Amino acid sequence: MSEQLIQQLINGLLIGCVYALIAIGLTLIWGVMNIVNFAHGDFLMLSMYVSFWSYTLWGIDPVLAIPICAVLLFALGLLVYKFAVSKVMNGPMLAQVVVTFGVSIFLANTAVLLWTPDFRLIDKPLLAGTWNFGTVQVSIPKLVASAGSVLVTGALLLFLNRTRTGKAILATEMNRDSALLMGVNTDRVNALSFGIGAGLVGVAGAFLSMYYYIYPQVGGMFGTISFCIVALGGFGSISGAFMAGLLVGLVQTLGGYFFDPAYKYAIVFMLYLVVVWIRPQGLRGW
Amino acid sequence: MAKRARFTVAAVVVLLLLLLPVLLPGPVPLHIMIMTFNFALLGVGWNIMGGYAGMFSFGQTAFFGIGAYASSWLLTAHGVNPWLGLLVGGVLAAATAAVIGWPCSNLRGHYFAIASIAFAEIVRIHFNNWKLVGAAEGLTIPMAAPGLLNFQFHGSKAPYYYIALAFLAVGLLVSRWVATSRAGFYFRAIKESHELAMVLGISFVRYRLLATMLAAFLSAAAGTFYAQYILYLDPESVIILPISVQVVLVSMLGGAGTILGPVVGAAILVPISEITRVQLGHRGTGVDMIVYGALIWLISVYQPKGVWGFLASLGQRRAPAPAAAPAPEAKP
Repeated sequence: MSEQLIQQLINGLLIGCVYALIAIGLTLIWGVMNIVNFAHGDFLMLSMYVSFWSYTLWGIDPVLAIPICAVLLFALGLLVYKFAVSKVMNGPMLAQVVVTFGVSIFLANTAVLLWTPDFRLIDKPLLAGTWNFGTVQVSIPKLVASAGSVLVTGALLLFLNRTRTGKAILATEMNRDSALLMGVNTDRVNALSFGIGAGLVGVAGAFLSMYYYIYPQVGGMFGTISFCIVALGGFGSISGAFMAGLLVGLVQTLGGYFFDPAYKYAIVFMLYLVVVWIRPQGLRGW
Repeated sequence: MAKRARFTVAAVVVLLLLLLPVLLPGPVPLHIMIMTFNFALLGVGWNIMGGYAGMFSFGQTAFFGIGAYASSWLLTAHGVNPWLGLLVGGVLAAATAAVIGWPCSNLRGHYFAIASIAFAEIVRIHFNNWKLVGAAEGLTIPMAAPGLLNFQFHGSKAPYYYIALAFLAVGLLVSRWVATSRAGFYFRAIKESHELAMVLGISFVRYRLLATMLAAFLSAAAGTFYAQYILYLDPESVIILPISVQVVLVSMLGGAGTILGPVVGAAILVPISEITRVQLGHRGTGVDMIVYGALIWLISVYQPKGVWGFLASLGQRRAPAPAAAPAPEAKP
């Protein structure tokens, strides 16, 4: 019984780390330009397909596909910023809210058209199998994905706090007008943040492709969960998003364990609604 | 446009709509028109929330589903007349909207949109697992003697056509009331600025809830109609994101915040989607959604006012019409 519980806790933390990495890209974009990227889940889906096709067509293992996914998704992020988001930054609120939603539907259904709605799996990835500690099992690809997510988050924090470009992003996040007056090219910061946000979700997609099913709608659930994580952590807060990612991972697995697995996502969404009711600014927002 | 000319155009359009089942009696054109009216009704509902009160919901499918399920379950399990079921479904949806809208009443813009998606997901997951209403298998509405009383017609689609048209007319009357009443001015004030509305003493929680409940009621009515029209429903046909998306798109394409906008949007969009579905058959799954996605994207970027909003602004530029009504603050 207690070993089962430990198993659930471990599973929750493992998926939570990946959730955190997905959500951090989203929260960075929100923090800098007050835009929710509704296509975030679909970026994840595309990254998983990049990894899948690299493996299927050229035999590149998902581990080695990580940089490919990151770079391609960074480029996609720049494109979406240039052709969709930057055009509505000064437009009406409705346009700002729905533009990335349009991109999301476009991408998900284009994937259906190109690659059929079938579920796919990378059959023999380099990292596979489990480590057994008594009856508790730890899946190796999931462990690597989680460790990788923590490392990437650390690297992002270092980049933001230690480099001039990173500081420019943080400055824009704090106060766009002041940053502009200090000589920060805020338009470039926007594009860069959108690219980095997409690149981060690209890395997460490569990790997930090692053990998760790949299909056109896979981004829907991950996307919705990451919106909840970002809101829970406080829009724009990276440490908040990380904590909230772990929390959501735990709530989802424990909720499924104690209540009903069919409702595990419903419980997460319920938690989100309760938190925004009590604390609209999120756990670490101001 | 002069008032008389506008009246003439409206009269001709109404007459044409009334005569259409006689002019085009085939099942396909009628089906397209029925779906157009139903999505227009959903759009009119969303427009009250999104267009006037500025709450951009991506969860209207939840209320559509609640309406469809309420009447269908009451009918299959307890033999309750669907017209009564329609009212029960509408009230239930409005009550749900109030319960869920209360905690969400402080959320703005993006935050509200996310909450609405989360809410619709919870409803979808719940209906997929709720044994009482058939869980994932859904409900089949038993055949009954055709007639207005039973809300079922087997031979021709024309009766459904007139009912859908009547529902839409009621929806438009509600929308007109919203556009011209004091409450409607409050909705728009809240949309423009929460802070200013509060300073003026407008209880934005109350008015936002009112808008949400009106929209939920109209969406539920559309849901009941859909269930009685198709005679079968399951969670994956009535509580799915694409319905919410189409509702938003119908309003945006036509022009959010105008009375007729959603009708114009539905009249453009629904025939396109129904025809592509017929033409492309199963291969077409998703093609209409690709077009929708691209349209939402392009409209947001190039013409956020929508088709009707654009035409209206052209008309205004040509002949500056007298102000529609005095601002609410001006009243004693």
